[in-house]
Amino acid sequence: MSRVQTLDRPAQASIRRRSGKLRDSRITLSHGSGGKAMRDLIDDVFVGSFGNAVLEPLEDQARLNLTDLVAQGDRLAFTTDSYVVDPLFFPGGDIGALAVNGTINDLAVSGARPLYLSCSVILEEGLSVETLRRVAHSMAETARATNVAIVTGDTKVVPRGAADKLFINTAGIGVIPENTNIAAERARPGDVVIVNGTIGDHGAAILCARQDLALRTTVESDCRPLHDLIDAMIKACSDIHCLRDATRGGVATVLNEFAQAASVCIRFDETSIPVREPVKGVCEILGLDPLYMANEGKLVAVVPKDSAEAVLAAMRAHAAGREAAVIGEVTAEPESVVLLRTVFGGERIVDMLVGEQLPRIC
Amino acid sequence: MKYVDEFRDPVKARVLLKEIEALVLRIAICRQRPLQLMEVCGGHAHSIFKYGIEPMLPKAIEFVHGPGCPVCVLPMGRVDDCVALAEHPQVIFTTFGDAMRVPGSKKSLLQARADGADVRMVYSPMDALKIARANPHREVVFFALGFETTMPSTAFTVLRAEREGVKNFSLFCNHITIIPTIKAILDSPELTLDGFLGSGHVSMVIGTAPYEFIARHYRKPIVVAGFEPLDILQSVWMLLKQLTEGRCEVENQYQRVVPDAGNDQALIAVGRVFELREFFEWRGLGSIDHSGIRLKESYARFDAERKFSVPNLKIADPKSCQCGEVLKGVIKPWDCKVFGGACTPETPLGALMVSSEGACAAYYNYGGVDLARLIRARAEEAPAEAGT
Repeated sequence: MSRVQTLDRPAQASIRRRSGKLRDSRITLSHGSGGKAMRDLIDDVFVGSFGNAVLEPLEDQARLNLTDLVAQGDRLAFTTDSYVVDPLFFPGGDIGALAVNGTINDLAVSGARPLYLSCSVILEEGLSVETLRRVAHSMAETARATNVAIVTGDTKVVPRGAADKLFINTAGIGVIPENTNIAAERARPGDVVIVNGTIGDHGAAILCARQDLALRTTVESDCRPLHDLIDAMIKACSDIHCLRDATRGGVATVLNEFAQAASVCIRFDETSIPVREPVKGVCEILGLDPLYMANEGKLVAVVPKDSAEAVLAAMRAHAAGREAAVIGEVTAEPESVVLLRTVFGGERIVDMLVGEQLPRIC
Repeated sequence: MKYVDEFRDPVKARVLLKEIEALVLRIAICRQRPLQLMEVCGGHAHSIFKYGIEPMLPKAIEFVHGPGCPVCVLPMGRVDDCVALAEHPQVIFTTFGDAMRVPGSKKSLLQARADGADVRMVYSPMDALKIARANPHREVVFFALGFETTMPSTAFTVLRAEREGVKNFSLFCNHITIIPTIKAILDSPELTLDGFLGSGHVSMVIGTAPYEFIARHYRKPIVVAGFEPLDILQSVWMLLKQLTEGRCEVENQYQRVVPDAGNDQALIAVGRVFELREFFEWRGLGSIDHSGIRLKESYARFDAERKFSVPNLKIADPKSCQCGEVLKGVIKPWDCKVFGGACTPETPLGALMVSSEGACAAYYNYGGVDLARLIRARAEEAPAEAGT
């Protein structure tokens, strides 16, 4: 299937900046052709929303000031993620907010301060321009609120059927301050495991937003940036051992990653895990486990025991950590295993998922 | 959730456990060997593992995880037939989610979808009918699967399709019935089972009477059980009580859901569209007489097997698998040679590793620490063995 390539921008683009006005109501292949239609789309939808000094020259690349970066730390954090969520809009968020927050969080869990994002979109022919505008607006709002600049991007249009409505890729750059060393392999026996709030909200919200289930709930996605919360946590404890955002695969997967990377055992308690009632209900009906449900604003932290109180207090003082809770502890044996004490008082292993979590039939 | 939390109360559990411990001491068999209780239904196995119930019980009680996982017992040849139907260019193949991963001899439905087949996951057969209405120029096949629990909803869907005159909807019928299978297990010469937990979901449809022969003819107690952890503990307690008192009866622990007479309307719908097959092949157990269900001749136009040609080949279970012995409680999952080595949830060889409700998969995923060590050791040996 032929993909229409974006061509380099004409040299005078910067002179004509913001002059483009998109009048079409649907995306067509011409919006990815490199010609006037594409220029209008970029000017009107993206530059108009994202507007910042690094983006606006509209060169083929963003140029970042090294001196500014070096002043903030001694390592760059660099990450990329693609967003293909369906539906594009769901209670608590949309693909645009997700694309900004998700990449910010991937940077932030290293302790980095997120600074710059790229935004690359793949549009399916026939997408409504109004939808694209809403998504771009949401990305811009989210970036503004988090003090992160979207500084470069790309647009491709593929024929109808070659993609599903709209895909977004964002890459991000942040700076890690000196002496910050957060890594999965640093979990040590005696450490305490903390989550910043209720788990499974995003996964449950997306399941319910898909019309085919006809489940109505009040649950909203937890889609939100975590860098500010993490900043507060690091201020409370400069030696946080591990941090990861519990996106696909959920909290269970992150705990397994920690246990394996550090060759330790993580024991946690089912009763201490915050789960909203409607999320429990959705999982109960569909035979799913909230421990494996995706989150978009939840992190799992492993901290030294003597700092746990301080970190927990700092988290609870922050809007993104009000319902933070200690869920378990790290022990030496049996290594590389995650053990759950069930609500019922039994104990069992919690392993990585094999493939996708599929609903049980009975 | 307030309706289920009370059935998960650890304080009540401790009280029951104490009574169970006291009863065990009064049962003579327990002094010679562990008491073997079979939970027939995959849903029970799931709860037992999810809540970590087995390690809480006295060592003198062992659960034997029965054949009640319809996804597990589906023979490979039937999965191949599914794939063949799904790959028909005219067909939209609709299925419950957990059947998608079951391996056929060449591929699973998930792999068939990746190869281009139109396979869609549905939550109910009514969803499949809806897809048929929306796509009048395609043939929509629903993969009907499960015991008496799911049979009525399939039957109602067929009756509805008939009423609405939908012509592009059919079933690939793999419904099975539990009673002949329990009988086959009871007739097995190696049998050492001492009692049964009957499936609450199946009984909700068929009632408790069909189990009478287990108590009367085979002299084994059976308790129809619910699926919450306290339901299971109470049912174990009821079984032990029968054993200490020398009774063999059908008792109903799940009275809040299961009427002793079953569900008339569901049974009438099932009786209108379905009939027993002469025999049906079960993965791990072989062919069992009158254990499969198919559409009656008068509903043949809704039968995908009659509408399309399917290969209908019998594929033997891999020789190295000991699923049958595990199902009958003769060996424990980890006693099987290939458990955790060549046979894992990623690459299941045997029926019981296929679905999360299969006994082997449950032990693999939820088992204790010692089992985790064993699995790791076998995984390291596995590459050498996998080629054999």
